[in-house]
Amino acid sequence: MDLLRLATIGSVDDGKSTLIGRLLVDTRQLFDDQLDAVVHASQKRGVGDLDLSFVTDGLRAEREQGITIDVAYRYAATPTRKFIIADCPGHVQYTRNMATGASTADLALVVVDVSHGLKEQTRRHLVIAALLGVRSLVVAVNKMDSVNWSPTAYQGVVDEVDTIAAELGFSSHLCVPVSALYGDNVVDPSTESPWYDGPTVLAALEAADAGVWESASAARLPIQWVLRQDGGGRTYAGMMNGGTLSVGDTLTLLPAGVTTTVTAIRSGTGERDDAVAGLSVDVALAEDTDAGRGDLLAIAPLPRVTREIDATICWFGDAPLEAGHRLRVKHTTRTTPARVASLDGVIDIGTLNVEATNELSTNEIGLARLATADALAVDDYRDNRVTGSFVLIDEVTNATVAAGMVGRASFLA
Amino acid sequence: MTVTPLRTHPSLDHLDALESQAMFILREVAAECERPVLLFSGGKDSAVLLHLAVKAFSPQRLPFPVMHVDTGQNFPEVLEFRDRTVERLGARLVVASVQDSIDKGRVVDPGPLGSRNRLQSVTLLDAITEHGFDAAFGGARRDEDKARAKERILSFRNSFGQWDPRAQRPELWQLYQGRVNHGEHLRAFPLSDWTELDVWQYIERERMDLPSIYFAHRREVLRRDSMWLAVGPHVVPREGETTEWKTVRFRTVGDANCTGAVESSADTLAAIVHEVSTANVSERGATRADDRFSETAMEDRKREGYF
Repeated sequence: MDLLRLATIGSVDDGKSTLIGRLLVDTRQLFDDQLDAVVHASQKRGVGDLDLSFVTDGLRAEREQGITIDVAYRYAATPTRKFIIADCPGHVQYTRNMATGASTADLALVVVDVSHGLKEQTRRHLVIAALLGVRSLVVAVNKMDSVNWSPTAYQGVVDEVDTIAAELGFSSHLCVPVSALYGDNVVDPSTESPWYDGPTVLAALEAADAGVWESASAARLPIQWVLRQDGGGRTYAGMMNGGTLSVGDTLTLLPAGVTTTVTAIRSGTGERDDAVAGLSVDVALAEDTDAGRGDLLAIAPLPRVTREIDATICWFGDAPLEAGHRLRVKHTTRTTPARVASLDGVIDIGTLNVEATNELSTNEIGLARLATADALAVDDYRDNRVTGSFVLIDEVTNATVAAGMVGRASFLA
Repeated sequence: MTVTPLRTHPSLDHLDALESQAMFILREVAAECERPVLLFSGGKDSAVLLHLAVKAFSPQRLPFPVMHVDTGQNFPEVLEFRDRTVERLGARLVVASVQDSIDKGRVVDPGPLGSRNRLQSVTLLDAITEHGFDAAFGGARRDEDKARAKERILSFRNSFGQWDPRAQRPELWQLYQGRVNHGEHLRAFPLSDWTELDVWQYIERERMDLPSIYFAHRREVLRRDSMWLAVGPHVVPREGETTEWKTVRFRTVGDANCTGAVESSADTLAAIVHEVSTANVSERGATRADDRFSETAMEDRKREGYF
C-alpha cells in the first residue's frame, strides 16, 4: 500500500466538503457513531437529515457559518492506497490555509458546479496550486443532477478545464461527472451517465501517480541532526528528497563544497543499500567533515549556493510586505536573517500578468529578490520542492508570514 | 477511456512513509526548541511516539524527558508499562500529578469517583511552566476527532496555553517552524497523519510491548453510560448496577472511570489489527465518555490547553 496526498479545491457552495463526505461515507471510512453525530448536527441546525459537509467542517464557527475556515485532514484507504486528504477552505481570506494544504499535495481534487462553470475563486486556487507545484488534477464536475445529467453542460466545464490546465501547465487532468449529494460516480459508477465511460472519482485517485514529483532532481539530504555513534564516528540524519541515494555514491557537502562518499545508510528499519525520497535516514561518510544542521548533502547536478534568491512569494502577513523589510528565512533545516532586496511585481491571478508594485498585501502573490545572511544551497522549486522552498518568519512575533518558491513559474507573463 | 497507473517511481510503503515523517518531525522540533518534552501516558499512541523518538535519535539517548500527567485514576497495568518502558530506555520521567494540583488548590477535587479528565489541562500547563518546556510532543491523531482534524502538526499555544483554531500558523511543506517567544509553547503531533489502523499495523510490524489491557482478558465490568467500565477502586457499583465477568479489551486507555472496555476475543496483535480493520464504531465513540459532552467537546477542551 502506498500513500497519495491530495488537496481539495473549489469555490464556496460548489460542494467540496460534500464530495469529501461522500467519498468517506461510500468507502466506509466513517464509523457509525461519527455518521450519527453528523446526522444529529445536521438536524440540530435544520439543514436536512444528513449534511455531508459536517463530516469535515468540525469547528464551531465553521458549522455556524456553513463555511470551511481551515484545512481539515481526512484519511481514506483502499486495498492499494492510503489517501491523506487536505480539505481546503474556499474563501479568499483563508488563502494561506489553502496554501498549507496544497504545499504537500501530489494532486488536487477540484470540485466545479456544472451550472456555474469555473468560478473566479476556483481559478485563483488552481493558479495557487500550480504555483505550489501540484501537477495533476482530478476534476469532479458536480451537481450533474441539477442539469438532468446533460452531457452538453458537462462538456462545457471540460472545455474550460482543458484550457486552464494547458495554460497552467498541469501534467495531467481528468474530469468526472458527479453528483456528490447522491453519490453518482464518486465511489460507485452512476447509471445516470451512460455517455461517460471514464473512471469514478475514487478510481481516478487510485490510478493517479503518487510521489513522482520528488524525483525531478538528483538526491538531496538536508542535515537535521548529527548522531554520535557508539565507539566514535558520526552519522548525519535527515529526510531524503530528489533522486535515490545509494551506498558508494559521491556526495558534495554544501555550502562548504567538500566532496565525500556514502559508506552506510540507516533508516528506521535498519541498514540499507539505498534510500528513496520521503525516507528518514542517517548516513555515514568516508571523510571526516564538520557537517552540521543546516548543511546539505547533494549528488550532482548540484544546487546553486547563493546569498541572493529570486523567488515567488505568497504573502500572509497582516501588514504589507515592502522592499527593505527584514525577516528570517527558513530553508530546509537552516534559518537565517533575510532582507527583501527588491520587490519585482505582483501577480494578477486573473490575467497571470506581473505588474509593478511597491508592496504585497495579505494573500497577494508576487516576485521578490531576497538577500540572505548565510549562503543557502537552492534548487529551482520546479526541480525540487524541498530545496526550492522556504518560509519567511516575522522577527518579532515568530509567525510564519510567507511561503516562498525559488524561481518563477513559466506560465507567468 | 482507461486509466493506467503510471508507477514510474517506487513509492514508499505507507508505514515507512508515516514512520519517516514522524521521525523527521521529532528531529526538527528537538533541534529547534530549547526544552522539549514528550507526553507519555502509557497508551498505545504515546508508546508508538516514544518508540519513534528512540529510533530517531538512536544510538544516542533521548534528547528530552518524558512526562506523564497522572490523574491518579490510571489502570495499574498502564503504570506498570510506563515504569518498565522508562526503565528499559533509560529515559528521564517527569510525573505531573493532578492530585498535587488539587492539594495546591489549583483545581477543585471532583471527589474519589468524579472524573479528573478536564483537570489535566491545568496540571499539564502548570508543569510546562514549572519546567520551562517550550515544546510538548503528543500522540494525538487527526482521525480521532473533528477538532483534531483541523490542527497543525506544530500547534502554537499562547502564553495562556490556549489554542486559537481561527488563527493557526500556516504550515507549508515540511518546513516546521518551532520558534516561540518566552512563555509560549508548541504542541507537536508527529502521529497527525496516522489512523488507528496504521498505529496497530505499526505496533504489529515493530513487535512493540504494550500494556496488557489492550489484549482480550476476563474482567469484572458494569454497564454505565452505554459503556462497559472495569470495576475497581475508581469504578464502584452504584445502586441498581450489577457487575458481571466478560472477555474484553480496551481500544483506548484513559482514566479508569471514563474509559470503556469493548467485548473482544482479540488476544494477539494480528487479531487486533483484524478487529480494528472491520470495526463499525470509532475508538473514541466506543470507549470515551469524556468526548460525549457536546459536538465540540474536544475543541472546547483544546482551547483551554488540553492535549
